[in-house]
Amino acid sequence: MTDPFAPDATDIAILKLLARNAELSAAEVGRAVGLTQPAAWRRIRRLKESGAIAGRRVVVDRAALGFGVTVFLGIRLAARGRPALEDFERAAAAVPEVQTVQHVLGRFDYRLRIVARDIPDFERILRRRIMTLPGVGQVEANVVLSEERRPGPLG
Amino acid sequence: MLDDADRRILRQMLADPELDPTTLASRAGVTPATLWRRLDRLRQRGILQGIEARVNWRALGYEVEVSLRFTLDKTEPRAFDAFTAAAREVPEVTEIQTFLGSVDIRLSVIARDMAHWQQIYRDRILPLPHVTDIEPLMLVATLKDSAELPL
Repeated sequence: MTDPFAPDATDIAILKLLARNAELSAAEVGRAVGLTQPAAWRRIRRLKESGAIAGRRVVVDRAALGFGVTVFLGIRLAARGRPALEDFERAAAAVPEVQTVQHVLGRFDYRLRIVARDIPDFERILRRRIMTLPGVGQVEANVVLSEERRPGPLG
Repeated sequence: MLDDADRRILRQMLADPELDPTTLASRAGVTPATLWRRLDRLRQRGILQGIEARVNWRALGYEVEVSLRFTLDKTEPRAFDAFTAAAREVPEVTEIQTFLGSVDIRLSVIARDMAHWQQIYRDRILPLPHVTDIEPLMLVATLKDSAELPL
């Protein structure tokens, strides 16, 4: 494993700005943190190259787009072993309504995040697309009521 | 309402947020001028809320991520508000969701390593108010993480 990128206070300030708005130009970032445009541009490039910025996330009003329901599923596989995990992961990631697939340790083997138009749509997805995934055992569903992302330990 | 062009633009953007505007316009089958106009309108209507940089905490030295599922004491009317307010004060918390289901609240919590995790868990998580049960799921790997919608 390579050493983690050790950002200084200016890097952290830039990361905080871009985590809120990735569309800021290098000039705007520079003005906000007291750097010239080229200096800001170099810092941003280093944040990307180090992997500290992993990409961009488009934030939309899901409800306004007709997806009023988000559900988190905890799934326990009925069968174990590597082929079972790989089959499940491939099939789960291919479901269009599945936004997130995470392998976890604990009471469940996987966490899934699912978007649906409404509760009947969710029921259809659960029956036709989730319960039919290879190796699925116990499934627990929790409907999201509210959600917030936090800035995390950015100083 | 949204028309087909709006839907195509959003679908392509959500599928690949890294696309440059020219490629995005051509994949969505619109001219660059139309793309700008449509994006502008989607922003004004609050449908497109923004574009954020995704922070990769592992690259910053946070190797541990735990999903903590909480059950709260529902006889306490202020349980949700008090818990959420306290959780916001913990810097290592990166996500907070409230649920309808057997779980009331979930937090994503990150730590540099297991020793750091243990310290956060004891000093910051266990004192959170009105908790009746905590269940941790330790993240092994993220296989898919997308904002895509089947538009």
